[in-house]
Amino acid sequence: MNKNGQNRYTVGVLVSNEPGVLSRVSGLFSRRGFNIESLAVGPTQDQSVSRITIVVLGNDSSIEQLVQQLYKLIVVRKVRVYDPANTVERQLVMIKVAATAAEREGLMRIVEIFKAKVVDVTRESLSLTITGDADKVSAMIELLEDYGITEIVRTGTVALQRGNQIMNSELFDL
Amino acid sequence: MVPRVIRPKREDGCFFTIPVLYGLINEKRVSSLKLCGAAILIECLIEQGTETIFGFPGGAVLPIYDELYKRSDRIGHVLTAHEQHAGHAADGYARVTGKTGVCLATSGPGATNLVTAIATAYMDSTPTVFITGNVPQTLMGTDSFQEADISGITMPITKHNYMVTDVTKLADTIREAFFIARTGRPGPVLVDIPKDVQIAETEYVPVTGDALIPPLSASHPTMQLRPVGAALERYKLKIEPFAARAVELIQQSERPLIYYGGGVILSGAERQLLELANLVDAPVVSSLMGLGAISEADPRVLGMLGMHGTHAANIAMQRCDLLIAVGVRFSDRALGNAATFAPNAKVLHIDIDRAEINKNVTTTLHLTGDARTVLDLLLPRLEQKTHATWMRQAQSMAEEYLNNDLFEPRKILKTMSEIAPEITVATDVGQHQMWTAQHFPFIRPRQLVTSGGLGTMGFGLGAAMGAAKALGEPVVLATGDGSFRMNLTELSTIAYYQFPVIIVLFNNGTLGMVRQWQTLFFGKRYSQTTLDRGPDFMKLADAYGIGHARVNTVEGFRAAFSEALSLRAPYLIECMLDIDEMVAPMVAPGSPIDSFCLN
Repeated sequence: MNKNGQNRYTVGVLVSNEPGVLSRVSGLFSRRGFNIESLAVGPTQDQSVSRITIVVLGNDSSIEQLVQQLYKLIVVRKVRVYDPANTVERQLVMIKVAATAAEREGLMRIVEIFKAKVVDVTRESLSLTITGDADKVSAMIELLEDYGITEIVRTGTVALQRGNQIMNSELFDL
Repeated sequence: MVPRVIRPKREDGCFFTIPVLYGLINEKRVSSLKLCGAAILIECLIEQGTETIFGFPGGAVLPIYDELYKRSDRIGHVLTAHEQHAGHAADGYARVTGKTGVCLATSGPGATNLVTAIATAYMDSTPTVFITGNVPQTLMGTDSFQEADISGITMPITKHNYMVTDVTKLADTIREAFFIARTGRPGPVLVDIPKDVQIAETEYVPVTGDALIPPLSASHPTMQLRPVGAALERYKLKIEPFAARAVELIQQSERPLIYYGGGVILSGAERQLLELANLVDAPVVSSLMGLGAISEADPRVLGMLGMHGTHAANIAMQRCDLLIAVGVRFSDRALGNAATFAPNAKVLHIDIDRAEINKNVTTTLHLTGDARTVLDLLLPRLEQKTHATWMRQAQSMAEEYLNNDLFEPRKILKTMSEIAPEITVATDVGQHQMWTAQHFPFIRPRQLVTSGGLGTMGFGLGAAMGAAKALGEPVVLATGDGSFRMNLTELSTIAYYQFPVIIVLFNNGTLGMVRQWQTLFFGKRYSQTTLDRGPDFMKLADAYGIGHARVNTVEGFRAAFSEALSLRAPYLIECMLDIDEMVAPMVAPGSPIDSFCLN
């Protein structure tokens, strides 16, 4: 819970894969006063369906309202608020660190501990990727700050429920 | 016999097929035709039973207007002076008939002029389809002449919208648009058709009956809320435990109150609602949009709830122990202060829109679904109750009016209802709107046509002409001098078509509602609200050849109104009122609903 008494929720939305869908969904968030912390979108195994994963701040009743508002969009086929205990979340972050040859060794140790990957090295810089949940990523970024981060680019969080829970696009009665 | 197809080539490259033979052809025998997009659009509108389009032509809809010209035997068109009012007219048409209103405008400014009308229809859930032309797709995105991204602009104010990029998808898109507009919680749908799609040709296969319902959107959760057949059986099973709990709440209640809104009218649940009130033996209060769902002649009706609600309605709300809310969305104008609203009541909320549940008021129990469907399931389970004491208490709080000699709004409205109790009344927005809601006793659903949610000044004349066109009988427009100045350009339209719109203009020389707030909350600093600048409304009516009278007595009004009714033609009655007339009672915004700041 943050200082405004808000929690972080991860919401999965299955939508028809058609032009303008992302703007319909993100527009709804902003006009109903929700702040999107991250958003990731991509096609699914069914080419006609895309899956949007949104991390948003709110409380239980505001999230209930959000889910019901999402269902009013004709392009939305299913919405799920993930239970954190039963969900695996990942984001991919690419980080470029200013690193001289002397600093490289220390950096490599951090890379190893966090199971990150080095994707590019030059005399002055080291670029790496890390995947993980938000906490792991922030922990690593904090350590890297000592070396001087020159660039960060991150995807939004994506999430998958554990085990047999499947989010399919079959429509159901409200 | 297969009809012969005549297919001349037209200058703009748009083929048209057998228009000269239409009417001779048994449509069932024609399995498919090759038509241009514009012609397909018109055929699809005819499929949907559209009788009248309200619109305004322009460059990007020329092919559509050309097809309209050829099919004028099957589909009519009302040309307004401004697209906004064509939009309001389609809205008014839908409000009085329950059918889907259709509005057509060109690209760019034509389309953006529709925005207020679309937003108005959206806030009040009116089934409407707005069709716009757009520049050809080859020019799209190049800031070309009269180009506007109208589907982007209207995304937040439509139930759904489309831009059709392929003529082969046009027919199904139109069918889907109508289905979405009228199904579930109704609302506006916009279809934007680039000019090249209007010109491109494809096979058109006429459909009827079930084939008019597109399969995908029909299965969308928000469309399933008025289920039929097997779906209804499944719905009954699901709602069963909740209905049982609702019955329990009702049986336990000693001071039940029913609060109904526009959802009852949209669903056609008036009979069920009255039956509920009689079975539960409860007083009833209405939202602005619900007025007329139960005749105000019924002694159960305590009147409208809210900022300008009656004493009886507002006080009953605070005293009831069970609030049965049917087809309402608990607007802030009805609630006063959400935290102190109905403090003693459990809330049973029946609404078709799941998103309205727990949005503004936390409910004890909700039944999601179409009001008529839900009440039909609920009524057979209820036993007859009696709450004689509570009924008496609730009714005893009704206010009494002192009689005076002033020519005041209440007397105008009472006179109007004495002469024409059943007449449809459209309004604009402001003091006259609240006076009409308070003092004209609405006795049937769809009798009041008003912009409740968006509060659109300038809504009235367009809406009244849509209503008059639909009904073919006199319609009253109650308006104020402020609102009327926003739409009086449409006087030319009602004059040309001789729509029997009786304009009752409450002229107090001010933006009265804003002035009222300035009087009460801004130290009588009348900033930019005094309308001391004409026009002379009598000369104006004269310019359009419209009958007119200026009145300042009840007798004068009675004579003018009776004359207007008998003429069955447009007429303007200007009622001269005092600048300091107020709407009372009043609850200050955000205050508890029973703490009146004006009595």
